[in-house]
Amino acid sequence: MRVRVRVNGAWRTAEVWPGASLLALLRDALGLCGSKNACEQGECGSCSVWLDGELVCACLVLAAQADGREVRTVEGLTTGEDLHPVQRAFVEAGAVQCGFCTPGFVVAVVDLLSRDPDPDEPRIREALSGNLCRCTGYQKILDAVRLAASKLGGSSP
Amino acid sequence: MPRIIKQRVEFEGRVEERNVVIEGDDLPVWPAGERFQVIGTPVTRVDGAQRAGGTARYTADLYPAGVLHGAILRSPHPHARIRALRTSRAEQAPGVRLVLSHRNTDAIPWYNGMSRIFDTELRYVGDEVALVVADDAAAARDALDLIEVEYEPLPHVIDPLEAIRPGAPQVHPQGNVLGGAPERYARGDVEQGFLAADAIVELDVTTPDVLHHSMETHGSVAWWEGDTLVIWDSTQHIFGVRRQVAAALRIPLDRVRVLSPFMGGGFGGKNNAGKHTVLAALASRRLGRPVRIVFTRAEESQAAGKRPRSVQRIRVGARSDGTLVAIDYWGVSSIGAYRAIGTPLAGPATELYACPNVRAETLNVFTHTGPAAAFRAPGYVEGTCALECAIEALADQLEIDPLELRLRNYAEADQVLGRPYSSKFLREAYAMGARAIGWERRALTPRSPVRDGPPRRGLGMATQLWGGSGSAPAYAEVRLNPDGTAEVRIGTQDIGTGTKTALTQIAAEVLTLPVGKVTLSLGDTDFPYSPLSAGSQTLASCGPAVRMAADEARRHLIDAAASLLEVAPEDVRLEGGRLFVAGVPERGLAIAELTGQIGNFTIAGRGFRGPNPDGVTIRTWGAQFAEVEVDPETGEVSVLRIVACHDVGRVINPLQYQSQIHGGVIQGLGMALREEHVTDPETGAVLDLGFDAYAVPRITGIPEIVALAVDKPDPIANNLGVKGVGEPPIIPTPAAIANAVANALGVRVTSFPITPAKVRAELGRRA
Ligand code: FES
Ligand code: FES
Repeated sequence: MRVRVRVNGAWRTAEVWPGASLLALLRDALGLCGSKNACEQGECGSCSVWLDGELVCACLVLAAQADGREVRTVEGLTTGEDLHPVQRAFVEAGAVQCGFCTPGFVVAVVDLLSRDPDPDEPRIREALSGNLCRCTGYQKILDAVRLAASKLGGSSP
Repeated sequence: MPRIIKQRVEFEGRVEERNVVIEGDDLPVWPAGERFQVIGTPVTRVDGAQRAGGTARYTADLYPAGVLHGAILRSPHPHARIRALRTSRAEQAPGVRLVLSHRNTDAIPWYNGMSRIFDTELRYVGDEVALVVADDAAAARDALDLIEVEYEPLPHVIDPLEAIRPGAPQVHPQGNVLGGAPERYARGDVEQGFLAADAIVELDVTTPDVLHHSMETHGSVAWWEGDTLVIWDSTQHIFGVRRQVAAALRIPLDRVRVLSPFMGGGFGGKNNAGKHTVLAALASRRLGRPVRIVFTRAEESQAAGKRPRSVQRIRVGARSDGTLVAIDYWGVSSIGAYRAIGTPLAGPATELYACPNVRAETLNVFTHTGPAAAFRAPGYVEGTCALECAIEALADQLEIDPLELRLRNYAEADQVLGRPYSSKFLREAYAMGARAIGWERRALTPRSPVRDGPPRRGLGMATQLWGGSGSAPAYAEVRLNPDGTAEVRIGTQDIGTGTKTALTQIAAEVLTLPVGKVTLSLGDTDFPYSPLSAGSQTLASCGPAVRMAADEARRHLIDAAASLLEVAPEDVRLEGGRLFVAGVPERGLAIAELTGQIGNFTIAGRGFRGPNPDGVTIRTWGAQFAEVEVDPETGEVSVLRIVACHDVGRVINPLQYQSQIHGGVIQGLGMALREEHVTDPETGAVLDLGFDAYAVPRITGIPEIVALAVDKPDPIANNLGVKGVGEPPIIPTPAAIANAVANALGVRVTSFPITPAKVRAELGRRA
């Protein structure tokens, strides 16, 4: 089947099989591999994207459900060569090891800070409880969120 | 002139003899107190922007033009023979291009000859039966159901203790014990030792099967360029994959190129080529198109390796002053259906403490379960659980402070190989860690179990002993561009540890360039050889080679500058990217001004890893301290704080050092309290097929971790004075947590993971 989605501001069309997920559409068909496939079970957050502004696990959404809608991915956060402040904070805080989980975390953190520019630690933990990282032990990820919040100075990203 | 020497090299708890090529003299070790510009500073990931930006291409992200997708049919039985297999329906399914099985594939030996790429005898739920290749991944997976297989189920054995009973179903014709017999070690006389003991502690300790669960699953993408095979593989060893695949396909090594520029975690689970790697290559050769096989998370749970469960018994005896007089150790490692090497469970018990009488016996037992793999300090995590819990139980029995007891039995030399250590700053690690946690706050362990009342706090600790010396061979190349930027090439892989960044720092230091002017490329077998990224050996193997390569380039720079400046080379200095006459800083030129005059790559250097020093044992050391709160009513354990202090030689990058500590500690915490890979004892089926049923630690439950480093260079280990930090931090964590729980409640849970139910049961049993 044919689906048409607006990805990071540009309309894209692709042919997918009826059961394909939004994640398969982005990765296999559109070549946007920043969103990772680490479980396809909705359990790890590596595939986090926005669908009409709402944070979703792209592996749990059918491509067909996204037809005619607006999708924003981790690739959409970077302007040219410039990383988003949250992405920069992850690098600066040392929150990136293998980095396979990082795009998913970055999207979740951007989403959190857009709703709560100055989250306290329990709130950060709660917001990131759906994201798994096997490398970092999460300490530096917490540092990255605090660093990003202070960089953004409470202003909505 | 290159010459070959024989060396005893330690790797992952085992000592082996190896031929090492010596090409010349190594550089002298950078001594303690050496002043650095880049080394020792918290440089952030040189490839951080790609990883955080989502532009890094991992193997799983590779979709070359015309790529086809493979899916693997796996055995539903723990032990069965394939009587008949029909693929015609699957072959006719929409989108399907090829089905491979034992019927149309060469009998390529696999698992060291214990099996074949497609065996007709299947030995675990998940063993490979067939491969479907189709236009898309979903079509390939759907077609798996259309393959008709008649299985003849055979008797199976899941439990390792059952597997060693006479008459148990056999996993392999050679029997269920790897090598046909237990591995034994002894020194002194253990029976006599126990006779001299004033206190004896005996513990039964079990640790669970634990899964690596790297966030990037196992995967390979293969295609042919003429008669050359190109493979992208999520691997810890590109050169190993090249060797294995070339042998399997019987093609020359120079016709295989393996790449892994970005890799999403391994932890020991990706040390070898998988069957899927060879299958992708075979299918691509038949179809003339790229083939991609990437595991699902369920396959990762079933068939991608595991830390094998252990059953251990340890007995330790000491005099009333705490002096150890005997250690008797027995352990079983359940290595699954296929494994070529045993698990070094007895490593800690035989070496960590000064003790004249030690006996150890380890059995590596095959069962009809998924194959074991190395997992971050294989054997030593499990073995430390047994030894360090016993040591702390002994301290409690003798009413000696557990740290004091450890210090009284400090091993000054390697008693197993009978030689000195290259360096051992464990006392320093103990002292720094104890200070940071406030060890003096530790209350005496309650004499009787605490069954009710409010949550109680406890403090516990454990010691880490591991290799991590690295060794030859490893090679690197450095070359300079006309604009003064440098390129480093090395055929290692960055599995997430930060290898690329640390090696870049070393080259930048020697060339006196900022990190941003050095580009290091890795993950390609076209680059100089480097070893497997495991055994905490990458930095200590590759780093010295990079230093030497950069040093050769530096010498060439100085020679070239000397002739331009018309002075002797001894009178030329290189500082801050500038070459100048000693004492006359204005008489000089920038590196770029020099290289700009002489062209591309005219200044270059090659470096090799020198041999390890003779006659010494090189070890990493560390101590961890845990503070927990346990609710005696519910049995719930909350870890409040972990302090980790390790001696891993000189620290190249403190930020990355901390990251390694944090990650290792949290994996250890997972194993201590929650993680358990469960195989149904009746059916052999894996019950946790993903993150829904397997408790990888999440951000919600993690404690504060204080990561400290002794940070003293090893004076002789290698020219950098470094050792590895990949594995050390996971080793003592579960034991430290278990000891803290015991200190809180006055009862000891020695069955990991320490679940609330086990805590309650332990309290109840003593009632
Ligand atoms: S891949 Fe979607 S949640 Fe894990
Ligand atoms: S950095 Fe490797 S999984 Fe998070």
